[in-house]
Amino acid sequence: MISIWFFIGISLAVNGALILAAGIYQLVNPPANPGIVLFSLHANVWWGAVLLAIGLIYCLKFAPRHA
Amino acid sequence: MMPLLAIAVPARLVHLAPVDVVIVVFYFVLVLSIGWYLKGRANTGEDFFMAGREMTAWVAGLSFLSANLGALELMGWAGSAYQYGILATHWYWIGAIPAMLFLALVMMPFYYISKTHSVPGYLKLRFGESSRALSAVSFAFMTVLMSGVNMFAMAKVMQIVLGWDINFSIWVSSLTVGIYVTLGGLRSAIFNEVLQFFLIWAGALLIPILGLYEAGGWTNLKVLITHRASEQYVHLWSGLGSFGNNPMGINWVGIVFGLGAVISMGYWTTDFLVVQRILAAKDIRSAEMAPIIGAGFKMLVPVIVILPGLLGLAVLPEKLMPESVAAITGAHSYNDVLPLMLARYCGPGLLGLGVTALIAGFMSGMAGNVSAFTTVWTCDIYRPLFNSKGSDRHYVNMGRWTTIIGVLISVGTAYLVMQFASIMDYVQALFSFFIAPLFGTVVLGMLWKRATGSGGFWGLLCGTLSSIGMWVWVKVDPTALRYVALSPHAKALAQDMFQALWSFIACVVVTVVVSLATKPIPDNELTGLVYGLTEVPSVGDVPLYQKPFFWAAVVTVVFLVLNIIFW
Repeated sequence: MISIWFFIGISLAVNGALILAAGIYQLVNPPANPGIVLFSLHANVWWGAVLLAIGLIYCLKFAPRHA
Repeated sequence: MMPLLAIAVPARLVHLAPVDVVIVVFYFVLVLSIGWYLKGRANTGEDFFMAGREMTAWVAGLSFLSANLGALELMGWAGSAYQYGILATHWYWIGAIPAMLFLALVMMPFYYISKTHSVPGYLKLRFGESSRALSAVSFAFMTVLMSGVNMFAMAKVMQIVLGWDINFSIWVSSLTVGIYVTLGGLRSAIFNEVLQFFLIWAGALLIPILGLYEAGGWTNLKVLITHRASEQYVHLWSGLGSFGNNPMGINWVGIVFGLGAVISMGYWTTDFLVVQRILAAKDIRSAEMAPIIGAGFKMLVPVIVILPGLLGLAVLPEKLMPESVAAITGAHSYNDVLPLMLARYCGPGLLGLGVTALIAGFMSGMAGNVSAFTTVWTCDIYRPLFNSKGSDRHYVNMGRWTTIIGVLISVGTAYLVMQFASIMDYVQALFSFFIAPLFGTVVLGMLWKRATGSGGFWGLLCGTLSSIGMWVWVKVDPTALRYVALSPHAKALAQDMFQALWSFIACVVVTVVVSLATKPIPDNELTGLVYGLTEVPSVGDVPLYQKPFFWAAVVTVVFLVLNIIFW
């Protein structure tokens, strides 16, 4: 049976990758009016990277193993 | 639960980018995939209703907490933190931690070794069929109504925050929950709740991190709040000496005894919505550890709920209003503080994750309601009262149909509330009537062998009726609050605390008096159900750091230290 932690890993990794990609896009193409406070911290870049890293660790550690 | 009133002026707070929509859609795909994957593992009654009783302590503990971590709780209590300050933290600390530890160390062994499917099931074993019927019918009825009320409130929130159509929100979310619970039963609900727990933290944790950065740290935040509100907004206990000294209009007696000793004990130890998750644990040690793990994380929840509310008070340029004022003026209400903070800090991607966290919170709460309703209806109403000779497969099928019917009743309730908004307040009040007396009945049943079936039934009934009586009294004559809460300065929240306290006392007194006047139950019929007549099972020969008692002590110390720090 696939572990629940594997599903959590997938969720965090995919969400982290999407957020990181959106953050890098904004880093390369900064919007004229970001519309948020503390845009200069580029939270979506590092938060996306953190989620992606945690997600990948969970995916690898709890991946379904074939006999 | 803090009520989120249904009469607010629709005004979209945030706009989603395409990447945000992808994140939300991915969430729905994932939860449905989990339900589909687990459909082959819910073929027996034990699988469907109890998740095979094979959950680890971590899975059961996080699910136990997640079933309570609904989106309305997140948004409602963030709004309360804006309105009342750090006092709202009491609902997460003294209003939860002692009760969770009590459940783990004192009550869980009895629930677990009796092999009951539910809390009403324990009442049947301890007090007889009449107590079970009273408890099961009231719980099933109220659970499914509450689910509908929450569904409508959440759809309204989605309309305000995202501009989504109410019908779309109601049907998409309810059908998703209905599909994955029908397919995979309690196991599917639990798996998705653990997933939702992680998403809630991933989506909400950035707000306090960035908020504290903007405010200049905790010390500076306290200065800002003191300047914009008052010093009492950043103290947990120092203003609770009297009703008039704090923004909540309550005193320490109400918080300690009403909230800490009765309401939270009632909710966390007898509300089957949360207890069901622990009953699915794989062994007695896991069943005891699960609430302790839940308590450890519960102490952290104020970081993503209370702190954003306090930060909103400090950094938001506009002043938020009560719902009643906001509905007239078009201003933002207290309950909007969490979405406002989300929109303040979260750009594309992060916004989608934050919105997903809110949706996940709502769906975990709804799945909890639906799965608990399904179990209580099938095991405690249908089987004993209508068909006690069905096969295991018949009851699983009944469980699946009940899930679908429960979702449809919830949807119907949501539309009923849409037509008659005042129903929402009545349903929430109704639910609170049963919590405190039920705790009195269950705890006396576990700790006092002299309690009889008649005592349990009449105590539960009188406690519930006394709670309803006080509520009606204050509804008809609002000045009666000074008598219920023992102070002319008491406010609405104080009524809830003292109403629960008095109804608990009424339940205990009636149970004791009637029990002493009726024939005792023979000791041999109470083995496995009452302290003193039961050999409490050991958690096994494990090292100290694996013993539930050790971790309960650690949580207790942290709990005390936190209360002293924020005194």
